[in-house]
Amino acid sequence: MNDSLAHSILLVSLIKVLVLLFLVLTAVAYLVWFERKVAARIQGRWGPYRVGPHGLLQPLADGAKFLLKEDTTPAGADRFLYFTAPVITLTLAISAIAMIPFGPASVRILGVETPLVIANINVGLLAIFAMTSIGVYGVALAGWSSNSKYSLLGGLRSSAQMISYELSLTLSVVGILLLAGTFNLSELILRQDGFTWGYLPKWNLLSPTFPQVLGLFSYFVAAIAETNRAPFDLAEAESEIVAGYHTEYSSFKFAMFFMGEYASMITVACLASILFLGGWLSPFPHTPGMDWTLYIPAGVLAISGLALIINGVRYSTVFGRIELTVLGLVLLALSFLCSKPGIIDYVQGPFWFLTKVLLVLFVYVWVRWTLPRFRYDQLMRFGWKVLFPVALLNVVLTSLAVVMRR
Amino acid sequence: MPISYYLALSAVLFGLGVIGFVFKRNIITIFMSIELMLNAVNLAFIAFARALGQLQGQVFVFFVIVVAAAEAAVGLAIVIVIARNRQSLNVERINLLKL
Amino acid sequence: MTPQLEIFLILAAIAVAGAVSVILQREPIHSAISLITVMIALAGLFLLLESEFIAAVQIIVYAGAIMVLFVFVIMLLNAGAEERTNMSRMARYVGVPLAIFLLIELAYQVGAATSSMTAQPAADGATRGLSMLLFQDFVFPFELTSILILIAILGALVLAQRSEGAPAQRAQQ
Repeated sequence: MNDSLAHSILLVSLIKVLVLLFLVLTAVAYLVWFERKVAARIQGRWGPYRVGPHGLLQPLADGAKFLLKEDTTPAGADRFLYFTAPVITLTLAISAIAMIPFGPASVRILGVETPLVIANINVGLLAIFAMTSIGVYGVALAGWSSNSKYSLLGGLRSSAQMISYELSLTLSVVGILLLAGTFNLSELILRQDGFTWGYLPKWNLLSPTFPQVLGLFSYFVAAIAETNRAPFDLAEAESEIVAGYHTEYSSFKFAMFFMGEYASMITVACLASILFLGGWLSPFPHTPGMDWTLYIPAGVLAISGLALIINGVRYSTVFGRIELTVLGLVLLALSFLCSKPGIIDYVQGPFWFLTKVLLVLFVYVWVRWTLPRFRYDQLMRFGWKVLFPVALLNVVLTSLAVVMRR
Repeated sequence: MPISYYLALSAVLFGLGVIGFVFKRNIITIFMSIELMLNAVNLAFIAFARALGQLQGQVFVFFVIVVAAAEAAVGLAIVIVIARNRQSLNVERINLLKL
Repeated sequence: MTPQLEIFLILAAIAVAGAVSVILQREPIHSAISLITVMIALAGLFLLLESEFIAAVQIIVYAGAIMVLFVFVIMLLNAGAEERTNMSRMARYVGVPLAIFLLIELAYQVGAATSSMTAQPAADGATRGLSMLLFQDFVFPFELTSILILIAILGALVLAQRSEGAPAQRAQQ
């Protein structure tokens, strides 16, 4: 291929990477806001409310706090490992999102047709699991290099938990692979296209061969344990072993661990929606009678824009009134844009994908603030004696169903 | 892209593994040099599999990885027992049968 | 300089640097990290040789599970820095250059002996072909390795247990 084409492809990939990086970092910041709001509502209080209207500028304040804190290094710490551990965690957590397809269509940037995914590799699923595997080192090395008993114990416990549940995580996905026969994420979504009996989507959760309910259950539980979230967060919870492996970290390095945890939450939620919930496929059939469903994204944006405006004009602070109204108007403009015939096809895929991811993240946060914490031995016993057999059972039943169908 | 480059790299890595195995004193580092040798051999297998157009080389690499896993598990358990009994990880101190 | 050659040289340099670092580092944990770097560079080389599945297995199993075992044992035993004794004059001025020369000679001879081999195009998808081979021609070794892993699990469990009776006996005496 001639040089200019190769160069423009490289440039287009670079643009996609920068856009995705920006989106992911913003999403991580606002995921923290989302979690604090939902947690507060579950606990019967408001949540962040003062910093900007409805606490929307809280992530900015948190970021400023993390950047301006004093950056300490414990005495006797292994400097190289102390510095590299949070870098490993954050880099791998964000890189895993490079494999995720956001929509079916191709967009045209700088004259090059490129799909809505950065790296559409043939073993995309395995690559994401590979990144999760290496992420264990971030935790283990952080615990070791801090030269502190709490950190070491917390780090060892955390990494032992992560590798135990990683096994159930990979096994619960084998059912999907048996049904689809490919590791490629875009292909996996395309195999879930179609509707049984004309109206039930053929997502893997409701698959006509064998509904992957056990698979989704074990995948979700294993994912919660893998990302060290409650109820499996014994190794890093506030009231437990001080703060586990990130006790001795402050300022930006702690922020990197924090962001890494939320970024891996987003990765796991994206993967759950691709594997089990049909990715960017719409839940409505594509028959001509259901053409109105193409306007759902525009409708949702319009409703949220109107809600923001109505809330905004009666908000208490002046700044809040201006900002909320402006945001509402922007959303209304976007919804008008999304109903235009040229753009409406491009919007469908990402809209449904983001809705499903948001649903999975909401369940994630809901589980955290509802269930009590597991003790460490209960946690390990659950992982090896309950979850692993359940995932194995899913594989056996799915393979039986696939063989009988043939 | 000639395959001989990959084989030369595999030979160099294997040689470095042997050097580590012979000269290091910490028993865990000796073990890691063994793993380095196994990795070099894996590279050679895959390079040959590509050169001859067959896939048996990849099957064998699969088995080498599995056997390396089993060997690492049992070997490290032995290392733990030795360290517990001799209180040292230096191979020059565990060369007598008497404790 | 085709892009393939460039990528090969970068990954080969990382692998050799990592391997040298495994040997030269004082702390075992740094040697372990260097070995993990070598394995990831090798996974990249496997990708260059068009075996994506083995590359993924290398990272997930070898670098992501076996090396984690090594790191755990190092942390558990609190393996510290090695004692460094000075090499004899013979070893330092004759031995090390000879070792380096041996490595270069080995690489050159292996490279020259196989310089006539060129890469053949791979058969149908490598993953599909590999799994066909594994489950049809090589199914017996495959099942044997699963029994081997079971034996290894039992062996590690039994070996690393603390014997229950020993402290009580010592207390009695």
